[in-house]
Amino acid sequence: MKRLVSRGGFAAVMTAAVAFAATGPVLAADEHAPQHVERLDWAFAGVGGQYDRAQLQRGFQVFQQVCTACHGLKYVRFGSLAEPGGPQFPLEAVKALAASWPYEITDGPNDEGKMIERLPGLADPIVGPYKNDKEARSVQGGALPPDLSLIVKARKAESHAPWYTHWFWMLADIATAYQEGGADYLYALLTGYEEAPASVEMAEGMYYNAAFPGHQLAMSPPLSKDFFIEYQPDSGATGSLDQNAKDVTAFLAWTADPRLDTRKRLGWQVLLYLLITTLLLYAVKKRIWARVKH
Amino acid sequence: MAAHESTYEPKSRFGKWMDVRLPIGRLVHDQLVDFPTPRNLNYLWTFGGILSFFLMLQILTGIVLAMHYQPSAADAFDSIVRIDRDVNFGWLLRPLHAVGASMFFLAVYIHIFRGLYYGSYKAPREILWIIGVLIFVAMMAAAFLGYSLPWGQMSFWAVTVITNLFSSLDDVIPGLGTAVVQWLWGGYSVSGVTLNRFFSLHYLLPFVIVGLVGLHIWALHVVGQNNPTGVDIKTKSDAVTFYPYATSKDAVGIFGFMILFLWFVFFLPDYLGHADNYIPADPLVTPPHIVPEWYFLPYYAILRAIPSKLFGVIAIFSSMGVLLFVPWLDTSLVRSTKYRPLYKWFFWLFVFSCLALGYLGSKPAEGAYVFWARVFTVYYFAHFLIVLPLIGLIERPKSVPGSITEDVLGPAETAGAAAAGKKG
Repeated sequence: MKRLVSRGGFAAVMTAAVAFAATGPVLAADEHAPQHVERLDWAFAGVGGQYDRAQLQRGFQVFQQVCTACHGLKYVRFGSLAEPGGPQFPLEAVKALAASWPYEITDGPNDEGKMIERLPGLADPIVGPYKNDKEARSVQGGALPPDLSLIVKARKAESHAPWYTHWFWMLADIATAYQEGGADYLYALLTGYEEAPASVEMAEGMYYNAAFPGHQLAMSPPLSKDFFIEYQPDSGATGSLDQNAKDVTAFLAWTADPRLDTRKRLGWQVLLYLLITTLLLYAVKKRIWARVKH
Repeated sequence: MAAHESTYEPKSRFGKWMDVRLPIGRLVHDQLVDFPTPRNLNYLWTFGGILSFFLMLQILTGIVLAMHYQPSAADAFDSIVRIDRDVNFGWLLRPLHAVGASMFFLAVYIHIFRGLYYGSYKAPREILWIIGVLIFVAMMAAAFLGYSLPWGQMSFWAVTVITNLFSSLDDVIPGLGTAVVQWLWGGYSVSGVTLNRFFSLHYLLPFVIVGLVGLHIWALHVVGQNNPTGVDIKTKSDAVTFYPYATSKDAVGIFGFMILFLWFVFFLPDYLGHADNYIPADPLVTPPHIVPEWYFLPYYAILRAIPSKLFGVIAIFSSMGVLLFVPWLDTSLVRSTKYRPLYKWFFWLFVFSCLALGYLGSKPAEGAYVFWARVFTVYYFAHFLIVLPLIGLIERPKSVPGSITEDVLGPAETAGAAAAGKKG
């Protein structure tokens, strides 16, 4: 099921309602124009979802070949790429990957009191190109490429439902365990680069993006219809902008929430136990209270 | 009646020896086994047990989390991420604590609304009610302090906004607000020093709450539980014993509520939180919308509804403080809203106002949102200060049953039950 989070129709109704009741300034200035974020069917979505290992592997490939130009994953160790519940690459391949990583780790001080630069190992984080935020900003013309470890959890898709349907969407989201707003947003961002509408005046070095709040984004389009990553023939998918965006989003969903598979599996066991126990306790309670009218 | 005669008879030699020295066995028997409980309680009365469960859960999970948490500006955020990734079952422990806090508030709100609906604050339960309000305020303080600990963007800016409220005291005595705020911060801005003291207080407050809960339960066991009719226990047939009747029902309530709780823990661990709190605190970047956790939203709406900062702060404290006076603001002689045809409507209007304020608190303070926040803020206070005193005077309540037994069995059977009670 796909549903527009922006819910254009409702937004129009809301704007009208607000304008009707407004005593102060009306909303919907240009920078408040609704973001265009669509809900996708993620393999890891909902109550039963689990990561698709092949997708995480493809996603890592995209991350490695595109995102690492500017971003790192400081909370993710190389070794975890080989662990179950993730891309689960062969351990040897991950060792080789770490040993050939383009960016070095600053370590030390060594016995002579000097800091050293060395290649990462399995226990080291997947470092990006910059040693610190200041270096990043100076190279990127003032913009800071954020660390991507938690980016999927740190973003969300805004709901623009009006007050009278807000509650129903909320309950529906709770009942279906919708928690993929960050992934939906990231996919929408990666595929959301467009020509700026004539009415919008773009700032220097900014790119128009339909999903980004305010629509002016400093990140140049990392992927496009003409520039995307080709996959190996046995990877389970063919490369395209759309497929790349989905796969790298899934990979970053994993880096943000590496315990998702275990969590959801254990969740079902716990809930089943609770459900049965609650029913048994209810039967006991009925039996006990059968002695008195109440 | 709560002040029932003790039926405890120690059987073992140790029991008899203990009973004349420290009668714990007698206390447990009289208060948790033989304690008279109205026979007509519905499931809303299981929320006391549910809340006790959450208090214990928060303390236990909190103690373990504190073993892995680093209360410093440099390490706090990283240590939270490490708990999620590297600590054994840390990925479960942290949502248990964070979602647990949310569910604690959901349960306490249901508990409070139940008290308001059935008039559980009326004589002789005023002290019981007031202690309850104090617990609620202590819970809010504990939750606010706890929310600062992950030291994400929302943590940092929530602390900044809320502590800055006290700067409005400068309008009363110039310099006072600034002094108070700097005293709270331990410096000239929100910093690691602030985080460190907030962690200390966050660890302290739950034990204050435990003490208050002890008093709350003590007061409850002096005056006895209210019930849906609002009529006191008069005869033996009005009550059942706490064990096994109340305990078996509480068990169902607690486990049923746990299904909802663990649904969130396992499938929606971040739903009740805010995405911005996965961005490390940055004093130089203000988030576009600073929003508190959902359980503070109605109060946040009240704060922002008022144009003056000082009066906004006064309003937010009054909105909690007014609860202390509810026992005397309600002039009705009937406890339970079940028999109050006119007040019933206003009760639900009040519930709606609170929900509406919650919704408005989550929205930016502009345009129509501010207008409606003002409307519902006015009703919030009017409900307590005008509606509650006035309706009690003009309303003609429906006839209240003579006793709990009569309500359950009907008048005819009640006579028989009374006779049987005498024989037994």
